[in-house]
Amino acid sequence: MGIEPTAPGAPVRDADTCAVGRQVALIDLLDRLLAGGVVLAGDLVLSIADVDLVRINLRAVIESITDSGVGSWEGT
Amino acid sequence: MDEQLCYAYAVVRSSDPPERTALADVRGVAGAPVTLVRSGAVAAVVSAVPREEFSEAALKVGLEDIRWLEATARAHHLVIETLAAHTTVLPMRLATVYLDEDRVREMLRERETTFTTLLDRLADHVEWGVKVYAEVPPASPPDPVAAGRPADEANPGRAYLRSRRHQRQEREDAWRLAEEAVRRTEEQARGLAVERTRHRPQEGGLAQAPGENVSNDAYLVPRRLSEEFRSRMLHAADGLHGIRVEVTGPWAPYSFTAPLAPDAQEEARRR
Repeated sequence: MGIEPTAPGAPVRDADTCAVGRQVALIDLLDRLLAGGVVLAGDLVLSIADVDLVRINLRAVIESITDSGVGSWEGT
Repeated sequence: MDEQLCYAYAVVRSSDPPERTALADVRGVAGAPVTLVRSGAVAAVVSAVPREEFSEAALKVGLEDIRWLEATARAHHLVIETLAAHTTVLPMRLATVYLDEDRVREMLRERETTFTTLLDRLADHVEWGVKVYAEVPPASPPDPVAAGRPADEANPGRAYLRSRRHQRQEREDAWRLAEEAVRRTEEQARGLAVERTRHRPQEGGLAQAPGENVSNDAYLVPRRLSEEFRSRMLHAADGLHGIRVEVTGPWAPYSFTAPLAPDAQEEARRR
């Protein structure tokens, strides 16, 4: 497939030394990446719209990352 | 040469793309360069990934492997963070994979209006995580002998019951304070945050912070109000014994990517 390289030979920056690569807690990240983000059925429909997959199999480690929802809180 | 798939990280405005130099330093989840696929007013940020690692079957295996999951999540996050430093970003859920760039373009074309609406709403806003923790005494009964006072030695049963009551009272007090702390964070967020999403409180092996997580909220806050928001949250539980508020961020708006319900949109317009 035709993905063109942005800059061939550009150095790969180590995440630890990159200013935007600050280390965040994995659990906070997974809350957002597995329950947040635009859900599109990609071509491989698995996506993680079906979070159950992860919840079930990683229960011992993650246990509780599930659906989140916009609550009834009024921001005004 | 392995067959390649197209991993999509986020949607941005094609009129306001991050400079090529910004993305040049970043590699995607499988180490490939990160590029843009444009369609009309929007563009998807993508990179090539090997089919052998990102096919449906392979993803099922990968997602069960905490090391693979962490590496992929962090690589995804690095791309999002890099983008967010330059432009408004609409993150996609982890592991959104297309067969090729044409399919990505098709998806963009179908949802262009939805995406531009969301990007408008997220422009100049950041996400903050606000978690309230409480030191809740354990529910297990105390050792009746250790808990008994000398005066009760003649009646250990009564001493035991009293200590159970005392303990239950302590737990109730801790939860009451926790609820008060959550109420205060909500109150303090008013007038600063424009939206809130509640994540499930964190528990299990990955939840390593001390205490019990009683709330795990995300707020969408105008960037210019960020510091005030953070500082208000950090002080929201001042004076509440055994309660801690943890603030994370600023995050790209991961938790605010769902289209608003029509009535909420109406409300947002009135604001």
